Amino acid sequence: MIRFESVSKKYPDGTVAVDELSVIAPSGQITVFVGPSGCGKTTSLRMINRMIEPTSGQIWLDDKDTAGFSAAELRRGIGYVIQHAGLFPHRTVMDNVATVPLLLGQGKREARARAMELLERVGLDAKFAKRYPAQLSGGQQQRVGVARALAADPPVMLMDEPFSAVDPVVRHDLQEEFLRLQGELGKTIVFVTHDIDEAVKLGDQVAVMRVGGKLAQLAPPAELLTAPADAFVAGFVGRDRGYRALAFEPAGALPTHDEPTVVLGSDVSAAPDGWVLVVDDQRQPQGWLDTANTPAGKVGQEQLHRGGTLATHSGSLRAALDAALSSPSGRGVVVDDAGRLIGSVTTAEVVELIEDHATKSRASQSPAGAGT
Amino acid sequence: MITYFKEHHAEILSWLVSHIWLAAVPVVLGLIIALPIGWLAQRYRWLYAPLVSIAGLLYTIPSIALFVVLPGLLGTKVLDPINVAVALTIYTVALLVRVVADGLASVPDDVAQAATAMGYGRFQRLVAVELPIAVPVIAAGLRVAAVSNVSLVAVAATIGVPELGQLFTNGFQLSYFPPILIGIVLCVALALVFDTVIVLVTRMLTPWRRAVQPS
Repeated sequence: MIRFESVSKKYPDGTVAVDELSVIAPSGQITVFVGPSGCGKTTSLRMINRMIEPTSGQIWLDDKDTAGFSAAELRRGIGYVIQHAGLFPHRTVMDNVATVPLLLGQGKREARARAMELLERVGLDAKFAKRYPAQLSGGQQQRVGVARALAADPPVMLMDEPFSAVDPVVRHDLQEEFLRLQGELGKTIVFVTHDIDEAVKLGDQVAVMRVGGKLAQLAPPAELLTAPADAFVAGFVGRDRGYRALAFEPAGALPTHDEPTVVLGSDVSAAPDGWVLVVDDQRQPQGWLDTANTPAGKVGQEQLHRGGTLATHSGSLRAALDAALSSPSGRGVVVDDAGRLIGSVTTAEVVELIEDHATKSRASQSPAGAGT
Repeated sequence: MITYFKEHHAEILSWLVSHIWLAAVPVVLGLIIALPIGWLAQRYRWLYAPLVSIAGLLYTIPSIALFVVLPGLLGTKVLDPINVAVALTIYTVALLVRVVADGLASVPDDVAQAATAMGYGRFQRLVAVELPIAVPVIAAGLRVAAVSNVSLVAVAATIGVPELGQLFTNGFQLSYFPPILIGIVLCVALALVFDTVIVLVTRMLTPWRRAVQPS
């Protein structure tokens, strides 16, 4: 657990970077600091490992005041990942990852073995171990950065816009990978970003900060979207809040219908409404076929309409609604965790389910039900 | 020329050896002295301008003047080679202070930040991260210093210190061309050898610079 207790940072010229910040980052969870530039989010992060010293207030690591450690000792126990990874250009990938274990006095062979293990953990092939950072893509460098931060198995990780400098596709991969890794490792993580979508996606709780270093709201992502504390937070969280909040509502029991299917490569027969779902021999959906405008014969890949997204039955209402809205037939395709077809669901049915959830949540939040 | 070389080869060889020493030792000493000064200039930005300017001024002192003044300052004999070594060390420092400061400044900010965040102490960070990354810049300056030292050493012959410059003074006194030619050839060869050695050592120290994106 990391606890900020009325922490302020004022510079000699009078600028207030962080103003009386009190926040708890619970153990094993991801706390995201988010806000526009100049809101003091990075300053707050850097005060944890004392790259910046607070002007007043204390920061506690579990029950120890961070001011009580020597700075170097404190930092070796805290993983740190930054925007461009900041890898050492003169060391191989393996030696970059082994840095902190070596600083802590581990033997070279042991530290390197640990580094190899971590490279695998973050999804990097062993062939990269002997390369230099300049030989890696931005996304690969960032993976090495994460591996390096994890090398000494620190309970706490600080991440300063780690995924901002890579393209959107790579960023998405890195985010997914990061969540998977956190699922395995359960670190106490403080994550800084200016991107509210990233904050909402990754955070167990999100601290929204405003310019002048004040905390505007601290809440789990769903609450941030459904109940912004004030106009600033509402504005910062942005458009489509209602829709985006659905990402945190599990779809649960979707009332699926059986969907007639055609296996890829077999003969097509006309469907009543013209659209028929095409699956492979594993019953994994491949796309829709417009039978009205398709010549008779065997179904080929090139004839498929791929506009529809897939919803997982264990996924969110947002995914279910999106599947229904994006499907050319108007029927959203629902699959199980292995990607096999379960059935289909219509927009109206998903909306009904959403209404249902909303009614229940209004009931629990009404003044009569308050006190939780 | 060949006859001259055959007649004087023992002498020439001893001049060559002392020339090597007089040029090489100041490069090493100068680097050792310039490292902390350059570090100071980079660490405290307000020191950069004064330190680099003072170093630059040192380089403008004529070498003859320095050879003549130093014995008085150091209490050495006029013909003592130490005077030459000290003078050239001063010139090397003059060249390298800026180079070391700029080399350390060439370390990317995020790399230095990452090193600090991982728990390197200030000195550890300098030795393990910043200096290795600054090697290419410092080596470039070192090449200039080494080559210019080879030619500056020759000037010391005018005050009578024995090294390859003697070939020039002898040649001028006798109005005889061969020793001058031998002197030029040996000086150029020596400069090339110094340069090559520095380039090779730099390559050894920086395998990471040759690593490029595999296609």
